[in-house]
Amino acid sequence: MSSLQSQDVVARSATTTPTPQVRSAVPQVAKLIDESKCIGCKACQVACMNWNDLRDVIGSNIGTYDNPVDLTAKSWTVMKFFEVEPKDGNLEWLIRKDGCMHCEDPGCLKACPSPGAIVKYGNGIVDFISENCIGCGYCVKGCPFDVPRISQQDNKAYKCTLCSDRVGVGLEPACVKTCPTGAIGFGTKADMVEYGNQRAAELKERGYANAGLYNPQGVGGTHVMYVLKHADRPELEDLPANPSISPMVMLWKGIAKPLALASMIGAVVVGFFHYMKVGPIEEKSEDRADEKEGV
Amino acid sequence: MARLLKRYSDGERMNHWFIVLMFVLAAVSGLAFFHPSLFFLSNLMGGGPWSRILHPFMGLLMVLGFLVMFLRLWRQNLMTAADKEWAKHAGEMLRGDKSRMPPAGKYNAGQKRVFWLMAFSLLVLVVTGFLFWHPWFTGYFPIVVQRAAVLLHSIAALVLVLTVIVHIYAAIWVKGTMRAMTRGTVTEGWAKANHELWYREVTRGR
Repeated sequence: MSSLQSQDVVARSATTTPTPQVRSAVPQVAKLIDESKCIGCKACQVACMNWNDLRDVIGSNIGTYDNPVDLTAKSWTVMKFFEVEPKDGNLEWLIRKDGCMHCEDPGCLKACPSPGAIVKYGNGIVDFISENCIGCGYCVKGCPFDVPRISQQDNKAYKCTLCSDRVGVGLEPACVKTCPTGAIGFGTKADMVEYGNQRAAELKERGYANAGLYNPQGVGGTHVMYVLKHADRPELEDLPANPSISPMVMLWKGIAKPLALASMIGAVVVGFFHYMKVGPIEEKSEDRADEKEGV
Repeated sequence: MARLLKRYSDGERMNHWFIVLMFVLAAVSGLAFFHPSLFFLSNLMGGGPWSRILHPFMGLLMVLGFLVMFLRLWRQNLMTAADKEWAKHAGEMLRGDKSRMPPAGKYNAGQKRVFWLMAFSLLVLVVTGFLFWHPWFTGYFPIVVQRAAVLLHSIAALVLVLTVIVHIYAAIWVKGTMRAMTRGTVTEGWAKANHELWYREVTRGR
């Protein structure tokens, strides 16, 4: 979505000077998805497309409840269904609401080459400012969760905005508003961490010994968190166990950038001073063409 | 003009300048994505999206142009034992003392290194470039491959840009070199002073 002149932009892609962040008294927010309360009704998917005016193409049935099968440029949240056996002979049906995790240290923002195409607000929401997007797909490479999708219609990257437009005026995200079981909570990050841990403790009492809060520290924590029944094995639900920005992306968009720029400028400067100090290599004067032409 | 020697045909020269034009366009658009302080360069291509759209085509045309040059010149750029000797004394020449430089053929060791660095970096650039070319090709490759590709693409681009800086500087530094590409000819004096073996070869039988 477009910038709301929020003046609380704490990080901005491809920008080397401070961002406008004078309105800093903004609480950090978080969405908490409690999978133990989710019934897989997909009301959140409908609310998302409704609020954001998205209408994805009708997909095809792949034999599971997953529909659409994956996130797309027009499906910013998708229910994913997993039939797993955490213990042998003990089938479980896990349902996870997939979408942007709103990392505290966003890999998409780090990778993005276009100034201001990705911003992080003071409340922690990571947002794509689509009119600045150039469609290069670097955000896809930066993301540890495989979230951004490039639209085939306009070659811009899209993902969940955490309803930054709603949150900006004090409303909860559309998916939270609509969830019939209260599986999706929204509030300050601190409150959601506390509530998530409390829910995990309750699940432990009920036999889910490894229940826990998914708030991965490899990306500085996330502003979308899960209460998982098997937090020791998030990969059961296609979640990375220890997500972090790929070292290749860190190298490419980290030290390589200033080093390469300095070496290119340095090469030109060294050349200039070399010429001034040593001077050119010239032919012996009697062989010079211009003098000969004068003869 | 009896004392001018033909060094490049018109076809070779036009091939070279085509590569130069494509290099400038690809470098301008590519550097824009590499460092925020260079993003303004994308304006020269009509903005960020246009830079993203045009860059791969410019790069591919540059590589195709270089391929023609490569097929023409690679044999003449194979390193020889004499080149090692030349390279050993290159430092003295850079400090202004050319007296101990052994005679060079059509290309000296420095030029040959430039040739192979360009050939190698362009090969890496074109292969990795396809791996993350939006929107047509990148979807066929796993994300790990794409990440490695962008990193290698940047490194190869840096090597190419640095090599080009050396290449341009050498042409400015060694007086009389530029006309080899602007006119196709060099003076006998230039040839004798800088590429004596080549000079003897082309003037043999005169």
